[in-house]
Amino acid sequence: MEQFLQQLINGISLGSIYALMALGYTMVYGIIKLINFAHGDVYMLGAFVGYFCMTFLKLGFFPSLLISMVVCALLGVTIEKIAYKPLRDATRISVLITAIGVSLFLEYGTMFFVKPDSRSYPPLTGFLSESYSLGNLVFRGKQILIICITIVLMALLQFIVKKTRIGKAMRAVSLDRDAAQLMGISVDRTISFTFLIGSALAGAAGILVGIYYNSINPLMGMMPGLKAFVAAVFGGIGIIPGAMIGGYFIGLVEVMVSGYGNSMYRDAVVFAILIIILIVKPSGLLGKETREKV
Amino acid sequence: MKEFVKTSSKNRWLSLARKWAVLLMIYVIVQVLISANIINDYIFSTFVTVCINIILAVSLNLITGFTGQFSLGHAGFMSIGAYTCALITLRYSSQVGFIGGLLLGAVLAALVGIFVGLPTLRLKGDYLAIATLGMAEIIKILFRNVLEDLTNGAAGLSGIPQFVNWTWLFIFTVGTVVLVSNFINSSHGRACISVREDEIAAEAMGINSTKYKVMAFVTGAFFAGIAGAIYSSYFYYIAPDLFGFMKSIDILVIVVLGGMGSISGSVISAIVLALISTYLQSFPELRMVIYGVLLILIMLFRPQGIMGSRELSLSVMKKWIQGIRRRNGGIA
Repeated sequence: MEQFLQQLINGISLGSIYALMALGYTMVYGIIKLINFAHGDVYMLGAFVGYFCMTFLKLGFFPSLLISMVVCALLGVTIEKIAYKPLRDATRISVLITAIGVSLFLEYGTMFFVKPDSRSYPPLTGFLSESYSLGNLVFRGKQILIICITIVLMALLQFIVKKTRIGKAMRAVSLDRDAAQLMGISVDRTISFTFLIGSALAGAAGILVGIYYNSINPLMGMMPGLKAFVAAVFGGIGIIPGAMIGGYFIGLVEVMVSGYGNSMYRDAVVFAILIIILIVKPSGLLGKETREKV
Repeated sequence: MKEFVKTSSKNRWLSLARKWAVLLMIYVIVQVLISANIINDYIFSTFVTVCINIILAVSLNLITGFTGQFSLGHAGFMSIGAYTCALITLRYSSQVGFIGGLLLGAVLAALVGIFVGLPTLRLKGDYLAIATLGMAEIIKILFRNVLEDLTNGAAGLSGIPQFVNWTWLFIFTVGTVVLVSNFINSSHGRACISVREDEIAAEAMGINSTKYKVMAFVTGAFFAGIAGAIYSSYFYYIAPDLFGFMKSIDILVIVVLGGMGSISGSVISAIVLALISTYLQSFPELRMVIYGVLLILIMLFRPQGIMGSRELSLSVMKKWIQGIRRRNGGIA
């Protein structure tokens, strides 16, 4: 039982990171129906920006977090402007191929500059390096930090989406782009803003995973990116609470499979979940069946 | 519309005979060059890579280019063919074992294709891309961890007997191209193209879109299995990581560059990219950066690729040559 609770804590920490990434996937998919393959690489760059801030600029954790979120947000908007915006009216398959191109470019471009080896984050100090025990359960400082930051960011996102004008515009565009445009909403600006928020969350996830696993490399975004997408599909793609639930679910499953089964199988299990969802309920946990209109 | 004009049957036979004569000539010339040792082992291995890439690209083009279904797991099907053929030829090292292994590998790849394709191809949208990607990862983990006793895990299988020679290579490459282009020119192929153009309209015309999507997907998987078997039988060595996501992307780049919906485009771009990657062999990162930029630039400026959906055939080439002659004649 204790082992189970301990795994639960680990799973929620990992799940927080997946949830942050899945939000980016789900918002972008909701608004332009694109699987943004480059999202995992924005997360990787977030981890690298955090690494450079903390190692070379000797900044603390919170300034690094902010810088890496801002850099990733700008990067996300730039990617959207250069690679996706000219293809707004193209077929979905060509945008998807472009996304893969952007992803390859970011991954191997980074690898070209920083070399493929893994790098480790500087040792943590203060609260982050501590462990707190409650009975036999161990809470590590960084796990608490990850969970708290994720909750704050999610609350902020909910506020933006539900309460602000731009959030309303985002919901309108994802519901019906043409009608939103007719109502005077600037669709391009709304899409850019969606990329901005999604990429900032990915940047935060990147630096959090950097302090959690303490090891980063240029290809680190590939697998977590795909898993975060599975999380988004699990919760119902395009639905923000769904992505959060999906992220925590995938994190828990992964930790449980590693803890009780064989850690080699954890990637296979995640993809098996994907195929099962696609067979049983393709619209995801919170998704509604939609009828297709001609 | 020119293709649909009925040519007299005599003309058709003539052009068919001419096509086969050209192919036979290519076969004989290369065979002679190999016997004369002008094509040495190094050049021949490039030949093998090009032919394998042609098979892979043409089969992926059937799925992605002609039927409009985005698959990112082609390397997974390839690995099924490669492992099946390798395991069989390691035990029964004979020509029969090779052909048997190759066919069994292709059939197994096709079966996995049915298993993955049936649930995911019912859906509209890009789920297939992620599902096939996931499938390729699961297959990789299967070969690396689950079937470790059989496949020697991450270390891979080595010492696979070599049965692929120029004759087999030629037969399978030409066979794939001919079979796939005949499929596309059949009524099934036209149904696949109509699904790509407009799935709802195709269904309204009475086409069972899921059936044709699965058909194209499974056929593509079958030929990818053949390519994998040839790979394992020529290069002695296979490991799960050779058939990862990057391999699938390599194949996709060939198809996109050549033109989605053009078989001759795939063939041309397989050759061009093989030359490029030979030059960039010592800079693997740069090669992938270039691939990435290439994909973006093609999609932004020439989404139809080199050939678009046109085909290069003997009659087209003849017309070009005639045109050049006429122009030159005019100048003189």
